[in-house]
Amino acid sequence: MNSRYYTLDDDGIDTTAADHSVPHASGRAKHGGSGVIWPSIVFALIFVVLCGLVYPVIATLAGHALFPVQAEGSLVRDQGRVIGSALVAQPFTSDRYFSPRPSAAGYDMLTMAGSNLSPGNPDLHKAMSARAAAFAKREGIPEAAVPADMVTASGSGIDPDISLVAARLQAPRIAHARHMPVAQVQALVDASTRGPTFGALGQTRVNVLELNMALDRLAR
Amino acid sequence: MSIFLAFGLAVLLAWPLGRYMAVVMQGRASRLDVVFGPVERLIYRALRVNPEQGMDWRAYALAFLGSNVALFVIACTVFLTQAWLPLNPDGIPNMSWHTALHTTMSFLTNTDQQHYSGQTQLSYFSQMTAIVTLQVLSPVMGLAALVAVLRGMLGGRNAATSREGEPRDLGNYWADMTRATLRVVLPMCLLLSLALTWQGVPATFSGAHQGTPLDASAGMAKQVIPVGPVSPMVAIKQLGTNGGGWYGPNSAVPLENPTPLSNFMEVVSIPLIPMACIFMAGAFVGRRRFTMLIFAVMGTLCVALTTLAVTSEQQPNAAARGLIADAPNMEGKEQRFGAVDSALWAAMTTQVNNGSVDAMHDSMNPGAGLSTMSAMLINMIWGGIGCGMLGFLIYMWITAFVCGLMTGRTPEVFGRKLETREIKLLSALLVLQPIALLGLTAFTLSVPSITGNSNPAFHGLSQVFYEYTSAYANNGSGFAGLASGTAWWDMSCFVVLALGRFPAVLIPLAVAGSLAAKRAAPAGNGTLRVETPTFGFAMLAVIVLFALLSFMPVLVLGPIGEWLSLSAHSIR
Repeated sequence: MNSRYYTLDDDGIDTTAADHSVPHASGRAKHGGSGVIWPSIVFALIFVVLCGLVYPVIATLAGHALFPVQAEGSLVRDQGRVIGSALVAQPFTSDRYFSPRPSAAGYDMLTMAGSNLSPGNPDLHKAMSARAAAFAKREGIPEAAVPADMVTASGSGIDPDISLVAARLQAPRIAHARHMPVAQVQALVDASTRGPTFGALGQTRVNVLELNMALDRLAR
Repeated sequence: MSIFLAFGLAVLLAWPLGRYMAVVMQGRASRLDVVFGPVERLIYRALRVNPEQGMDWRAYALAFLGSNVALFVIACTVFLTQAWLPLNPDGIPNMSWHTALHTTMSFLTNTDQQHYSGQTQLSYFSQMTAIVTLQVLSPVMGLAALVAVLRGMLGGRNAATSREGEPRDLGNYWADMTRATLRVVLPMCLLLSLALTWQGVPATFSGAHQGTPLDASAGMAKQVIPVGPVSPMVAIKQLGTNGGGWYGPNSAVPLENPTPLSNFMEVVSIPLIPMACIFMAGAFVGRRRFTMLIFAVMGTLCVALTTLAVTSEQQPNAAARGLIADAPNMEGKEQRFGAVDSALWAAMTTQVNNGSVDAMHDSMNPGAGLSTMSAMLINMIWGGIGCGMLGFLIYMWITAFVCGLMTGRTPEVFGRKLETREIKLLSALLVLQPIALLGLTAFTLSVPSITGNSNPAFHGLSQVFYEYTSAYANNGSGFAGLASGTAWWDMSCFVVLALGRFPAVLIPLAVAGSLAAKRAAPAGNGTLRVETPTFGFAMLAVIVLFALLSFMPVLVLGPIGEWLSLSAHSIR
């Protein structure tokens, strides 16, 4: 098969290939000797350093140098003060702000989770009914018109985005609370809408924190 | 659309990668020797091994076990002492003994089932030295085992010079591990890690940030935003068929998977190396039709189960039916991905035995639950790195045996006869799965106080069965509603994890070692040819019979029962 020549020692210890010793299948007593213990330990130590320190440190430092904002968690600041992360939903209850999707964990990153309720679980139906009723009442629309993303809890519990429909339905309430023309709020919504990447990946979405900060900037 | 793009790109990248991996694993000379050669020689000198030195299957298996034991001790020690170790800016305490044991076994077996939340229970030091190390090495171990088995199927590297019955050279474990890690896995991880940081995955050593939320009236004074060297970990998590995320909800978390583009990169990474393993195997045995057989069998199962998952998630969640206008199931999903991309991920992550998630499987519709569970029970549609191909070989040997019985011919594969010893070993492997999964599921359900599931009825049974299935398949995804960080769940899964990994690696090695030593019979008219459509169909039948029919009762009581009950009456 190839030109190299191997002799086989039972436990893989290097033996000189000078004499044509016929390898023998017996002699398993030799297994477990220093032939495997030393390389196992040294291998583990070397690769803990290589894979566990060298690789992640290089990747982290290089990533941080190339993309300093993203590397720190895409923090958003207002006049120097950290508001949060553009990638992490915050709770909004005031009528002056757009609301994010429901969270099964109160938007807390330390306990974040989805609801983990199955479609047949009565608790899920109860939760969805309550959310649909609340959203419909608040925005003054029929329950059947409430978009799915506003009655379902997100997977992470900190989904930063809502659907375009959910944003447009909230716009009149916000315009009213801020004494702004609805068209101006709608224009802001459209400006912060992102479509599917390359027209094919993911869904159309609106980042709630960025939109709300844009609203505040407009008011100043 | 995104589905075709993902599959297309994965196959397109896997082809050259597989050829490159064949060059690396066959130890052929390449231009990269200048870069990697000196480092490798340094490592071999420290290990006191000769990389050219062959090992028979026993020595190879022993080296595999030895490295596992050493890594287990190191990783477990790190988890148990992380509070006193460096790189712990958020003051994380030591892990409990049972969760530490479970976590170590889980990552060592390439499973990454998690009974903890990374952002509150692991220090940066643990995430790097213990988690990332095992995430890099555990898939490489699978790859090494596969390469050894392939060598054995061809009679070993010393086939030309050995007589019948002599032990065969399946390669050098230490050299296989070193070359695959340095030349294949780490460079790919580095690239993906940087791409993910570009999209928004954190890469920093500073501690958690604190934000002051914009709407003071919402009642949250401060929002803690845990960060860390997340990106390098997510890269190997996706590429290495690992799946264990930095944050609790895995790649559903925007900091772990910020955009549709990052989602695309992560989902393509899931099947990339397993697919490349198929091309590598074809190059190894020098038969293109062998690669085609594998792609045909795995591809058929993949299309069927992916279609089931995607169509299922495009249906409304039963709990929302009649409440709002019909829309795809968004419970437990992220707006930026939506139902289709999330279902594609769910299908890929269970077929490939990755186990990362970008949506919560617990809240998916029953069809997706059936698809994901079936994929994990079969556990060789692409499968884990190395292990998926090993699973394929196991079914191929079994099918050859069954076909041999039906046609009255001696079953043989690549000219080497399958005899009693091999079939006994393989049967033991087939029987182990139902014993472990059904036994433990039944016992756990019979003691409700240790179950701790979040859902009633059919789905409650599914949650328990899914957890053990995922552990045995070395997948690691979960129906996350289970209160799983308890001593019972930790220790019972610990056993299942080990049962799902070590026999699945060692038994194919033993079979290959035994096949290798046999005399190769030249192919004649009476030879059973495996690279034919007929054999492909026979394999599909055997896979469905063994992997699914053994579990039919529990699948009926779980996802199928749930499906029927939800569609029978529009609930409430």
